[in-house]
Amino acid sequence: MTRRQKAITYLGLSLGLLLVIGPFVWTALSSLKPESEIRRDPPTFWPETFTLDNFVELFERVNIGQSFVNSLIVALVLVASNVLLCSMVGYAFAKLPFRGKNLAFSLVMIQMAIPAIVLMTPQFVLIAKLGLVNTFAGIILPTLVGPLGVFMMRQFMQELPDELIHAARVDGAGEFRIFFRIILPLCGPPLATLGLITFLGAWNNFLWPAVVAQSEDMYTLPVALNILNGHEGTHYNLLVAGSVVVIAPILFIFIFLQRYFVQGIATTGIK
Amino acid sequence: MRRTLGWVFVLPFVVMFAVFYLGPLLVGIGMSFTDMRSTDVADPLAVNVVGVDNYLRLMDDATMRKAAVNTVIFVLTCLPLTIGLALGAAVLLNSGIARLPAAFFRLGYYLPNITSIIGVAVAWKFLLEPEAGLVNRLLELVGLQGANWLQDESTALPSIIVMTAWRSFGFDMVVLLAGLQAIPRELYEAASVDGAGRWQRFRNVTLPGLKPVLLFCTVYSSIGFMQFMEEVLVMTRGGPLNSTISASLAIFNQFGAGNYGYAGAASTVLFTVIVALAVLQLRLGRQR
Repeated sequence: MTRRQKAITYLGLSLGLLLVIGPFVWTALSSLKPESEIRRDPPTFWPETFTLDNFVELFERVNIGQSFVNSLIVALVLVASNVLLCSMVGYAFAKLPFRGKNLAFSLVMIQMAIPAIVLMTPQFVLIAKLGLVNTFAGIILPTLVGPLGVFMMRQFMQELPDELIHAARVDGAGEFRIFFRIILPLCGPPLATLGLITFLGAWNNFLWPAVVAQSEDMYTLPVALNILNGHEGTHYNLLVAGSVVVIAPILFIFIFLQRYFVQGIATTGIK
Repeated sequence: MRRTLGWVFVLPFVVMFAVFYLGPLLVGIGMSFTDMRSTDVADPLAVNVVGVDNYLRLMDDATMRKAAVNTVIFVLTCLPLTIGLALGAAVLLNSGIARLPAAFFRLGYYLPNITSIIGVAVAWKFLLEPEAGLVNRLLELVGLQGANWLQDESTALPSIIVMTAWRSFGFDMVVLLAGLQAIPRELYEAASVDGAGRWQRFRNVTLPGLKPVLLFCTVYSSIGFMQFMEEVLVMTRGGPLNSTISASLAIFNQFGAGNYGYAGAASTVLFTVIVALAVLQLRLGRQR
């Protein structure tokens, strides 16, 4: 590549980055401005007056703190259940011989292919019959064992040597002992990826929590933000601050743990 | 004994699949042939079977037809836009720039993909706001007249399409980048020796080498785009005058109104179309 070509490449990439990151930067800066400044013409880029009033109002008026805690509870429970259950199920698909294995595995693929909107109505009727509307259990149950996680763990565990398991059996170790003591400790990086992907999916999930959570004390963050957005005459200062509260935790996690994300796409998307 | 052990390990998945996915899927299809409403949840067996009435009603429903047309427009425009952006970014990142800046740009471009769609849609609603929004102000600076983006029938859907491509291309980019790196260097060298220019190498080496990955991106993205809804729900709620209503949003609205049987019929149609499209794309992709 000539120097000129290199310069053009970097220029193009930087311009693209500006367009991608710009909206986030603008939103974050706006959330720190007082409402009068947000609406000023011409707009200020850097806040003239820094204020946390928008966030304070968000916590006091719409109880966004409760929604934050709810989102955290839902996401953490799902991370725990998916890490444990997906690795168990993935292990069986990768290493245990049993009749009907191919059929069972095709169910994993089918579940990945069913659109959420198609399941919404009948799943809601089921949750209603079980008496779980407006409960954490109702929000959490359908995604307890995600098919993507099962698929990912199977792909990884297939690469582990069979001799490991045979040797342990010869030594008289039980099957559950083999799984918990020998297999799981070898799965650190993929489990981290699985945990991250699950957290992300749960934190960002909107449709299902919006259907199940019906009172303010059960809202997750995206649901609360959508309700706030739906109120007539909601001021942009609150919406922008709400947007920051939903997005910021994910950005922090992403920046520190990004290599696990990229691994995740590599194992699920390419293989 | 070890033969049954496998089933013990996969039991959590199979049980959950049967109860929360297979069961509801079948019930949903069954529901679409009844007049079930939200008030029937207490006694679901008391509903009346109405045959294909719900499906016939779908065809006469102007809102549903508009939703179907919008969804088709959305997929047909957003798909090439997203994959084009992703391909452009991937090719630039793979053109021999240093590793560290490449990783930095990749990280940045991927960012919108992992953020909450509700959060992003709210942020964009603010960006596109006619008076206080950044987009119109920047246009003013260069002497252009902004628009009332989300309240104008002619610009609302295009705005949402651009936002969705902006949010989605990072994923395809990462996948395409992996595909580009898998193309053997020797092929490019051989093409250069044969006197192929940059464009010819792209057409005759890069594109054929990327075919399987491009097929994956196309199928994966179209399945996602066929279901687009949250963007619209937050930014326009389907308006103005249904100009942005999508298939999923129309179904969501019917669900909200308590028309479960009708919502079931519409979802069954959407599901069938999504599966048929995916199968068709895979068939065509393998033939060529």
